[in-house]
Amino acid sequence: MELYEYGIDDLRKMLDKGETSAREIAASVISRIDAVEERVKAYVTVTRDEAFAMASRADEQFSAGRKASLSGIPVAIKDNMCTKGIPTTCSSKILKNFVPPYESTVTTRLGNEGYVLTGKTNLDEFAMGSSTENSGFFTTRNPWDTDRIPGGSSGGSAAAVAAGECIAALGSDTGGSIRQPASLCGVVGLKPTYGRVSRYGLVAFASSLDQIGPITKTVRDAAIMMNAIAGRDPLDSTSAPVDMPDFTSVIGQDIKGMKIGIPKEYFIEGMDPEVDSAVREAIRELESLGAIPVEVSLPHTDYAVATYYVLATSEASSNLARYDGVKYGLRSEGKDLMDMYMRTRSEGFGPEVKRRIMLGTYTLSSGYYDAYYKKAQQVRTLIKNDFEEAFKNVDLILTPTSPTPAFRLGEKTDDPLQMYLADIFTISVNLAGVPAISVPCGFTSKDLPVGLQMIGRHFDEETLLKASHAYEQSTQWHKRRPSL
Amino acid sequence: MKISVEHLARLARLHVSDSEKDLFGIQLDGILTYMEKLNELDTKDVEPTSHVISIINVLREDLPRPSLSREDALTNAPDGTEKFYRVPKIIE
Repeated sequence: MELYEYGIDDLRKMLDKGETSAREIAASVISRIDAVEERVKAYVTVTRDEAFAMASRADEQFSAGRKASLSGIPVAIKDNMCTKGIPTTCSSKILKNFVPPYESTVTTRLGNEGYVLTGKTNLDEFAMGSSTENSGFFTTRNPWDTDRIPGGSSGGSAAAVAAGECIAALGSDTGGSIRQPASLCGVVGLKPTYGRVSRYGLVAFASSLDQIGPITKTVRDAAIMMNAIAGRDPLDSTSAPVDMPDFTSVIGQDIKGMKIGIPKEYFIEGMDPEVDSAVREAIRELESLGAIPVEVSLPHTDYAVATYYVLATSEASSNLARYDGVKYGLRSEGKDLMDMYMRTRSEGFGPEVKRRIMLGTYTLSSGYYDAYYKKAQQVRTLIKNDFEEAFKNVDLILTPTSPTPAFRLGEKTDDPLQMYLADIFTISVNLAGVPAISVPCGFTSKDLPVGLQMIGRHFDEETLLKASHAYEQSTQWHKRRPSL
Repeated sequence: MKISVEHLARLARLHVSDSEKDLFGIQLDGILTYMEKLNELDTKDVEPTSHVISIINVLREDLPRPSLSREDALTNAPDGTEKFYRVPKIIE
């Protein structure tokens, strides 16, 4: 096995025993990037020099007897999190040359733990999309089948982890953008509770829904990453003042008697039959581990996509007003100030971003606000209540992560609404603010990964990690890697 | 057609070409029609949720803290001077 094929926990042990060095690990990952990146296209920027410099520092610290939880571990960061002195583009032409003068809290915290930055990964422009086809630069390919999309919007991060182009990655999730690509690429993706991880330095898309989380090869690695990035941050007033557990402490605990809710609304017509059977098989596996499946109902599920697209586009239209060609980013000259704004934004934003800005502008505009925005906020309450009601009887809720495996490039690009429906199983979680994880649960006959989603109570990532780790360890899915 | 793409684009400070106008018109119309699904629900007495966790007024001591220097804040400006952002003239 090559070093790039291992997870965080294995490499940590090898480093601790002195069997390898941070520089060797960095060299392995960088040469893997050189070998496969042309086909995968996971990265907007590969930070080769920084990676070796950070690895050398980690090795120096080892010799001085100092080590932290991620010392020498190569991690890729979605290109919508600010990294000081390193371009942060959001895969948008409007930010193509933006070099942040400050560091996001998550990367500051990874830095405190000694991580090695491998680069910034591709996304749908401003995280708006489910395939990376909305990237302003290029489309990332699914490492399992490079004619297919990796999912999105954190498609670059998920593909990089699956392809061995990093050991772990960070993504952001507004409506499924960590979990859906993790599912489609056969890796683990965790969206923490809203408020669990600081959003300071995350370029805003929909502020009441956005949350940063890890994409990793194993559940244990997700817990290790959570220990590094989670916790209250005075720089983000929406980061929650709650206790910070050791997320790894539940890893390995059994799940006997755990009640797992199966919402009937998530096993719908139109779902891919191979996804359906993989998830049902996973339920049987959990049952054999002592969990108790219980049917639950989330009656407003069918309204989640409509609710989400009203709220997310409204917030986006407001957040993206800041791209005006004055303070940073692209400027296109115009005959007066208004003309300059309009040219800058028209040339800088891609079609999906424009569509969403216009939708949000419409739903917030005078005369329509109550009919769309306020209505959607009220339905959001109903969706949130659905979860609260269900969690009175169960410890977690299990669903498929995505209704289909990875689709082909170009398959859904002509119809934005079809693309929105790809998020049908992940969106409610963001509306309710609860945490959810996607873990591999099988493969289709075409060898495409399938993921299952576990949803937990607010600030109860531990139950998710415990259950998904127990499931993962009783299967072999997480050990399969694509042949590139 | 529910919307005037041209009017909306102007509100959002976007230019749209004639061909974009037609395509966006059809697409936005389809999406807005889908959103009207929400009207099936009676929400008369339902409180709106703007934020899922109830944090109200996060305050801190009003003390000076380090912040971006003027130079750093201006480094990304497409048209910056040493001290200012420059914009097209707005007063004749």
